[in-house]
Amino acid sequence: MSEVRALIVDDSSVMRKIVERALRQAGLESLVVFEAGNGSEGLDVLKARTVDLILSDINMPAMDGLEFLRQIRLQKLAPDVPVVMITTESSEEHVRQAIEAGAQGYIRKPFTAEQVKERVLLLLRVA
Amino acid sequence: MLLRGIRAGAIASQQPGARKAELEREMGSSLRKSVHLVSDPENLDASVEEVFRMMLGVECVRTGQGRSAAGQAELESVTAVVGFGGMLSGACVFRSGASVAMKVAAKMTGMQFNEVDDTVKDGIGEICNMLAGTWKGRVPGLAAHCGLSVPAIITGRDYDLHVQAPEFQLEHTYRFDDAFFAVTIVCDSLQ
Repeated sequence: MSEVRALIVDDSSVMRKIVERALRQAGLESLVVFEAGNGSEGLDVLKARTVDLILSDINMPAMDGLEFLRQIRLQKLAPDVPVVMITTESSEEHVRQAIEAGAQGYIRKPFTAEQVKERVLLLLRVA
Repeated sequence: MLLRGIRAGAIASQQPGARKAELEREMGSSLRKSVHLVSDPENLDASVEEVFRMMLGVECVRTGQGRSAAGQAELESVTAVVGFGGMLSGACVFRSGASVAMKVAAKMTGMQFNEVDDTVKDGIGEICNMLAGTWKGRVPGLAAHCGLSVPAIITGRDYDLHVQAPEFQLEHTYRFDDAFFAVTIVCDSLQ
């Protein structure tokens, strides 16, 4: 797989690093990571950069992950880019809301690197 | 006051709507009736074991030791609080000594720490967030109807957290390697 540019949106810098590490363990040959601390910062990154993959938390201050997804679609940013939600919220209602907002994948925290690998590689192949 | 603010954040994270209010009324009735399931101590033990196994790669065991083993013996302790709002109002509290907090953060990040800096606080906050999310996910009917606040972190010496007359409270002490920490679920109201 050629270079993959991923945007990781989470208000926790530790979680952003853990997700990045999981992506590298997934065997992506060349990974470029952009980070954002909330949905609003994520939109700013998407206006300035082209990405192949978005991974976002849901519960964040300023702009949460669901509103971030809605704004991506509304502002027609990153069309056709797969979005994976990584969140502690695990109810069917939250999954439904995320899918309605445009997410293609959903990973519940806590997670293993293997789970991230499975979801991400599948989505990147499809994309 | 701190808990009140944290719970307000959790309540704000719940989305309004007639359908949701209807569901909450339905679920509220059954949740109060099943308080014994909500307060089942095995849910907390399983949540702690799952979070630490998956995020730190360590096996945690519950100990019979009191909270003194989890931080108060050290001069400086670290406490993370994540509020619950919605059908259940309360908080999930993680507490450890500074050295254990640094050890947890080190296992999460692969970094080494000599002090409780922002990265350690961030890591402990995320652990508490995952504990709260995993615990509520194990309680039937609670996952979709209970919001979580963003974590608040308290560091210092000689402090205690007190909740007046909770509906129920679970306080367990756990150990991995030679590190002790305590996790508390405080429920001060259940709809």
